[in-house]
Amino acid sequence: MNDIGLFHFLFVSCALFFIGVYGFLTRRNLITMLMSVELILNSVNINLIAFNKFLFPDKLDGLFFTLFIITIAAAEAAVAIAIIINLYRNYKTIDVEETDTMKY
Amino acid sequence: MNASTIIFYILAATIVGGGLMSVTCRKIFRSAVYLLFTLIGIAGLYFYIDYEFIAAVQVIVYVGGIVVLIIFSIFLTQGSGEDMKRPAMGQAVFSALAAIFGCMLTMYIISQHVFTGSGKPALEPSAANIGGQMLSTTEHGYMLPFEVVSMLLLAAMIGCIVIAIKIKVPPHKILPESNGENEEEIAEKVETV
Repeated sequence: MNDIGLFHFLFVSCALFFIGVYGFLTRRNLITMLMSVELILNSVNINLIAFNKFLFPDKLDGLFFTLFIITIAAAEAAVAIAIIINLYRNYKTIDVEETDTMKY
Repeated sequence: MNASTIIFYILAATIVGGGLMSVTCRKIFRSAVYLLFTLIGIAGLYFYIDYEFIAAVQVIVYVGGIVVLIIFSIFLTQGSGEDMKRPAMGQAVFSALAAIFGCMLTMYIISQHVFTGSGKPALEPSAANIGGQMLSTTEHGYMLPFEVVSMLLLAAMIGCIVIAIKIKVPPHKILPESNGENEEEIAEKVETV
């Protein structure tokens, strides 16, 4: 147990992923759901970096995948927050239960 | 138990504890601050395995960008002092069960699996190596995804502006059939728009 290896990283990332899933399933507020998605994306990043470090240290591909995921997460957060602000302007709420105009 | 192991466990506890508090805390602003702790812990994990560049990117983009954006949107959309609604009991229980069983299953599968690496000597993940490979057009270069992701960022930026912009509608567009009889009502409607 003295050596920190690949499995330690994978367990941390697995725990973080399912924490994100739990948050996504229980939260009813759009901003907190967005935060759960960020947790999930970060757990994937830990996975890729750990595989790159411990299994294929002669390549850098996991690192590039992580960089692109971070970029796309930034774009996604910006678009999501623009949509949330527009939703708030029209409905005065960002609760997913109450914005049901297109439901029926 | 040497110092390196202890540091790893501190980082892991920061990440998992911050994540748990972030999804269960009922004050939304505190939940954003716990998310900040989780992201900083992940950056620490990247420092721990000597990937300095990616740790720096994590701090700059996530901690400096996304969390600040989330906090701004919290301030714009709701009072940060109020408690959020508690999730429905059945929903919370079943979500927790699904998450716990999924987590246990995945951890079991990971612990059974034997990973085989390439075993070749390590390539230094320095900024020079990363930049050289990312901008090269040879077989293992990442020039094309780099350009595509730059187009994606441009599209996202324009899309955000278009979505969030406030459009002023002139009064004749709102009520085309009225011809100046109740102008006060029209003025009110224009103001609300």
